[in-house]
Amino acid sequence: MDFTIALFLIQDGIINGAIYALLAVALVLVFAVTRVILIPQGEFVTFAGLSLAAMETGSVPGAVWLLLVLAAMSAVMDAGAALRERSPAKAVRLAAWNLAPAIAIAAAVLVLVPLQLGLAVNIVLCAALIVPMGPYLYRVAFQPLADASVLVLLIASVGAHLALTALGLVLFGAEGYRTSPVVSGSFQIGPLFVTGQSLLVVGATLALLAGLALFFGRTLIGKALKASAINRRGARLVGIPTMLSGRIAFAMAAAIGVVSAVLVAPLTTLYYDSGFIIGLKGFVAAIIGGLGAYPAAVAAALSVGLLEAFSSFWASAFKEVIVFASILPVLLWRSLTSTHGDEED
Amino acid sequence: MNRRDLTRFLVFAAIMAAIPFLPFVPDFWVTLLDFVGLASLVALGLVMLTGVGGMTSFGQAAFVGFGAYATALLTTAYGWSPWLTLPVSLAVTVAAALVIGLVTVRLSGHFLPLGTIAWGICFYYLFGNLKALGAYDGISSVPPLSVLGLPLLDSRSFYFVVWGFVLAAILATANLLDSRVGRSIRALRSGAAAAESVGVNVWRAKLTVFVYAALLAGLSGWLYAHFQRAVTPGVFSLTVGIEYLLMAVLGGAGYIYGAILGAGIVVVLKNFLQDLLPLFFGAGGNYEGIVFGILLIAMLQGAREGLWPVIAGRLGKTAPRAVDATGALPGRGFETGDGALLRVKDARRLFGGLVAVDTVSFEVGRGEIVGLIGPNGAGKSTTFNLVTGVLALSGGEIHFEGERIDGLGPERIAARRIARTFQHVKLAPTMSVLENVAIGAHLRGRAGMVSGILRLDREEERKIFGEAARQIERVGLADIMHQPAGALALGQQRLAEIARALCLDPKLLLLDEPAAGLRHLEKQALADLIRRLRDEGMSVLLVEHDMDFVMQLTDHIVVLNFGARIATGAPADIQRDPAVIEAYLGSPT
Repeated sequence: MDFTIALFLIQDGIINGAIYALLAVALVLVFAVTRVILIPQGEFVTFAGLSLAAMETGSVPGAVWLLLVLAAMSAVMDAGAALRERSPAKAVRLAAWNLAPAIAIAAAVLVLVPLQLGLAVNIVLCAALIVPMGPYLYRVAFQPLADASVLVLLIASVGAHLALTALGLVLFGAEGYRTSPVVSGSFQIGPLFVTGQSLLVVGATLALLAGLALFFGRTLIGKALKASAINRRGARLVGIPTMLSGRIAFAMAAAIGVVSAVLVAPLTTLYYDSGFIIGLKGFVAAIIGGLGAYPAAVAAALSVGLLEAFSSFWASAFKEVIVFASILPVLLWRSLTSTHGDEED
Repeated sequence: MNRRDLTRFLVFAAIMAAIPFLPFVPDFWVTLLDFVGLASLVALGLVMLTGVGGMTSFGQAAFVGFGAYATALLTTAYGWSPWLTLPVSLAVTVAAALVIGLVTVRLSGHFLPLGTIAWGICFYYLFGNLKALGAYDGISSVPPLSVLGLPLLDSRSFYFVVWGFVLAAILATANLLDSRVGRSIRALRSGAAAAESVGVNVWRAKLTVFVYAALLAGLSGWLYAHFQRAVTPGVFSLTVGIEYLLMAVLGGAGYIYGAILGAGIVVVLKNFLQDLLPLFFGAGGNYEGIVFGILLIAMLQGAREGLWPVIAGRLGKTAPRAVDATGALPGRGFETGDGALLRVKDARRLFGGLVAVDTVSFEVGRGEIVGLIGPNGAGKSTTFNLVTGVLALSGGEIHFEGERIDGLGPERIAARRIARTFQHVKLAPTMSVLENVAIGAHLRGRAGMVSGILRLDREEERKIFGEAARQIERVGLADIMHQPAGALALGQQRLAEIARALCLDPKLLLLDEPAAGLRHLEKQALADLIRRLRDEGMSVLLVEHDMDFVMQLTDHIVVLNFGARIATGAPADIQRDPAVIEAYLGSPT
């Protein structure tokens, strides 16, 4: 390996690491607020990426139907809960609240996508399509389990992953897609060939991380989320509804998925099941970072990106083995140093 | 296995044996049942691992892979006969499970299932990339099993081999659950602290159940390789691992027949979904994944215990365990050596900046009842945890019978015959009082996993349960010993914990608030019991807030406040001690 190759690998590692950092932050966020280890985080990325790819060709992405189904399911569940309280008016209201945004978004997508209004519009439509899936998913799969142990939530999360990946195949087919870059062009820095898109990846990641820091430090919702993360019961006692914070956390996770997709889809071909491996690497980073600290997760994500880049050079066939095996010593160290493992769950 | 369980097993075995002979059962169903049998083996292991041992694994498919690849490689590349590879396949699986388990079982809480996901993925990619194992194409033309020179080529003849193994596995698992090792595994689920306090080596118990589950998965893999006649990395994949967990959750992770039920539902459902749904929705989908994912979540939301308890509830309750009153374990007596039994010397314990126990010294003599009192937060329970090795000392020393015991760890301290109860009761709520108490005799038995499975431990079990029943009688719970511990009132649960501690045959008994939740007469009975224990030669150290109880019972009292010892002496002196009065009532100003 010479210096140029090393530089190239480092660049590669940083770009991938940036994406993993975004996903790691989403995982930490969701875990902190809801105690759900969000295995399907990667599915938000593939769903967004593949929807974007479909919109580029002017065809309506299958995710529209998923959005409508999820909305209908949460409407039924919310209305059902209201009916058990014997308040039909509330049931109707909740059903409408659940259904209206999904129907409006679906209508917009169905009308606007065939017009091929360009990348910017597509990105907005894609975000409108994917972000609400977060809260709907929370409502349908996790809200009824809000008081269950982390373990039960994890099993449910794996179930959601299984269902969503299989749905991905139905909705998007087995073919892989790549979208056109948001920023085109490229230039040479010394021996390095740098694309505009890769700069965007790093820049957007930094901006988003800074934005999140501001959000949690400065805004009321951010502080409320942080409060429910630190002490759910305490947060509920001072009037922060945990149900709402769960939905917000999931919406943010889905939004981060959309951003990651916009960034990564031009760089790598996405398949319906790519999200799992991408998400899991973010997840490796989140775990290494301790599922609690954002800066640690970001640093760990960069190391995962670099580890992946260098192991793909030295032992490309075994790069996944190396990346996923790297989590085991960290898990071991985490469990040996955490003093209250047994009592908590 | 009691008679009801045995009847249930025989009925099940008879049904399964009859199925392939029934003329109206088509080959297709027999093949499906072969797959149900293969999956049942893995799910049975998961019942032990997850439902009983409390460790959730998404990675069982990896062990199926180890068993399958070992035999596939040996039979194709080296021409071994399939039956010869069975011990090798199992040995490879066990070796892999030991190595993986050494890391995995030390993971706590949700880190453990995450770890299983990580190695589940690792092995899939590892085997997919190893050229010697055919990479992603796997190994094909694996020879079939043969019995008496006849190759088992069709699913009907293979059926008997698979279900023979499944029935054997059911028996083995049931026997294991009802053994000394099985009880220590069952105790894990309600927290390691109680199991450790009676001398169970928790890591070893966890590793044992981990290896047992892997062994069943490896057996399933070995059978699979010779049934499918080919192996691909697909058998390793995480999705398959998730399906195994779904089987356990669906059927009921805590129940042997739940595993079979869950395996049956998942395998049959998968087959029909793969056949039927493409007719409606077009080919090329992985529809069963959608259904399974939703099913898994729905089960967790609606019936977290699984389907089997619902069915078993209709089949009637299991009969209470018969106890042979003549069974007893020999008491080991008490020495009358010189000096104090327990000597705590300048014990310190810090939690960050907080000094919970601050250079506390006291002694417990042989055949003496010592009370440890003090206001809330005085450091009494922390002192208990220091003596029993649950917490490490930050400074100072603890001696028992003249030897240092600080730094030994709970189970080795229990081995020196120090037993305890907990302020927050730690009993396995679904196990009967009798079984909970029997765990206390863990160190007085020797039977291991193998003798448990083969039922060579009956004489020892008879003694353990006789002893447990005797101790239960002693604390006055004889009439409710067959009830699940979770159904007892709090005061009764405390008494059950005392019985469990007594089963250890302790020289020193530490009781943390034993009288809390007891009525007046029950307190009197408890005080009488503790006095009797002292008269037999046992030493007792007790924390208690009921001052009447402490004052009338103890020989000696140690008073703590804010982590420090503020007084020590006979009960009458303590009651007059100004420092003690101030600590409890405040200073007169």
